[in-house]
Amino acid sequence: MAEVPDSVGSMPGTAPRLARLPAGMGLGGTVVAVFVLLALAGPWIAPFPFDQFDMHARFAPPGGAHWFGTDEFGRDVLSRVLAGAPYSLMMGFGATAISLVLGVPLGLAAAYYRGIMGELVMRAVDVMISIPPILLGLLILAVTEPSLWKTIVAVGIVYIPIMTRITRSVALGLLAEEFVEAARARGESAGYILFREILPNAWPPIIVETSLRVTFAILLGSALSFLGLGAQPPLSEWGLMIAGSRPFIDQAPWIGLAPGLALCVLLIAINLLGEGLREFLDPRFVERG
Amino acid sequence: MTAYTLQRLLYVVVVVWIMSVLIFGITQLLPGNVAYAILGQYATNEQIAELERLLGLNDPWYVQYWRWFLGMLHGDFGQSIVMQRPVGPLIFEAFGRSAILAAIAISLVAAIGTWLGVHSATHRGKLSDRVLTLAQYFFIAVPEFFWAILAIILFAVWLGWLPATGYTPIGQSGVGRWVAHLILPVATLVCGLIAHVSRLTRSSMLETLRSAYILTARAKGLPHRLILRRHALPNALLPTITVLAVDVGILIGGVVVVETVFAYPGLGRLLIYAIEHRDIPLLQAGMMLVTTVYALANLGADLLYAAVNPRIRYGRSAG
Repeated sequence: MAEVPDSVGSMPGTAPRLARLPAGMGLGGTVVAVFVLLALAGPWIAPFPFDQFDMHARFAPPGGAHWFGTDEFGRDVLSRVLAGAPYSLMMGFGATAISLVLGVPLGLAAAYYRGIMGELVMRAVDVMISIPPILLGLLILAVTEPSLWKTIVAVGIVYIPIMTRITRSVALGLLAEEFVEAARARGESAGYILFREILPNAWPPIIVETSLRVTFAILLGSALSFLGLGAQPPLSEWGLMIAGSRPFIDQAPWIGLAPGLALCVLLIAINLLGEGLREFLDPRFVERG
Repeated sequence: MTAYTLQRLLYVVVVVWIMSVLIFGITQLLPGNVAYAILGQYATNEQIAELERLLGLNDPWYVQYWRWFLGMLHGDFGQSIVMQRPVGPLIFEAFGRSAILAAIAISLVAAIGTWLGVHSATHRGKLSDRVLTLAQYFFIAVPEFFWAILAIILFAVWLGWLPATGYTPIGQSGVGRWVAHLILPVATLVCGLIAHVSRLTRSSMLETLRSAYILTARAKGLPHRLILRRHALPNALLPTITVLAVDVGILIGGVVVVETVFAYPGLGRLLIYAIEHRDIPLLQAGMMLVTTVYALANLGADLLYAAVNPRIRYGRSAG
């Protein structure tokens, strides 16, 4: 599934290439789209407010009025899972956006100014990559009172160096191309060359990396929330919900199972989508952790 | 090779030193007055001022940093504020228990991951390969903390085979109970990583099998098994070394989560405890230990990679 079958005598042109788009990509894309829709429509379609207590209906098993059951305060688990969807999506896409916005220009600059400046940036990147992601996250979050947006920023910062390194390596290759030479000869500015000539051609590997990062960002962010260093109660972030379900795991496993399954489905879908993008954009499937 | 080793070693020292500055700098920003935390809420302002003077908390930050850094070099990691005990024994004891967890996990990941990857590549397109590839998608996407919850529900709550949480020392209640407490945490740790390693091994093995020298070996009429073992495997497993080093970083994150879920008294749980209780010396020392171990693991991977890859051994080592 991860491999495009190296079909004998594949035809040139885009039509067969499109036809070879893996089925998983369509499935993944559809599921991600459904999650985005649910996240947007959550407040209107949720059967209950996500934080409404109902002490008469504590630990109600799934079924009846509460499709996914209720938690220790009688809150509707389905409504809480729906209300948690935006947080996970924000975590994945928000943190990745931060690492893109800061990491890509840094990588471009490091490729263009190859003197002391570029060297400094790359050594800093090397050091930051030498730190386990969770430690960097913990270090950033240890200083402040935890909150959802701080986790997003922390995860975004954690992934800046990887974005910088990839952008730089792509840009270095492109800088040797003739069209860059031509732009230089025309007397274009560094900013023009980097953002108008290099960047548009550097996107494919960056997009591939981005799709990977979204998954890792959601995993890291929800793990931090699970550890109590992210979203805080009563927010219904999925990692936090799973952490909160632990004391009731034997009597009401659905409290943790529902958000956990939602998280898994979202992550698998994003993976499928990313895998498809990778096959489509990067025939070498560069794989990284 | 010696030059290369020295170069990598120097790099480790630099990384650990930079991390020490980062860790110290950032944790100094932590809210909470250390003297106040030690003396408690009934302390008078004079008592707090006196203790601050004794601890040197009024010194400039670089003096404090230097004192802290020199102390660590001498094996003095400071005093835990909340537990009122020296940090050193505390973190090394916890580290030993975490190391057991991590060492078992990474060995399983390396062995099972590469074996499954090679199996997939050599049985490409067959049923077992398809099932494994599908399983990888699933296993990579499931967060450790959810695996942990699932494992507890299934094996501890429903089946009652294994203890859900906790830890018993090996001397206290025998090997059996010690192992029983390790099974679920280790199983939780390895699921995602095995999928990761086997997937990368598979693609690396497939790439190797397509290369010209394998074709040559085939053309010479060498037996299939010999080609795999002597020609393809050594090259195909090279990238796996790098992947394993990266996975140690992911594994550290997993250990923090798993120790928290399974109430396993390791370094990860101690770090979270230190953050929650604003125990700065404990946090600083614990983070330094994790950073150092990770840097050394990366060094080990680099050297192993160089040792088995002649291109690095003879090529880049000079530079």
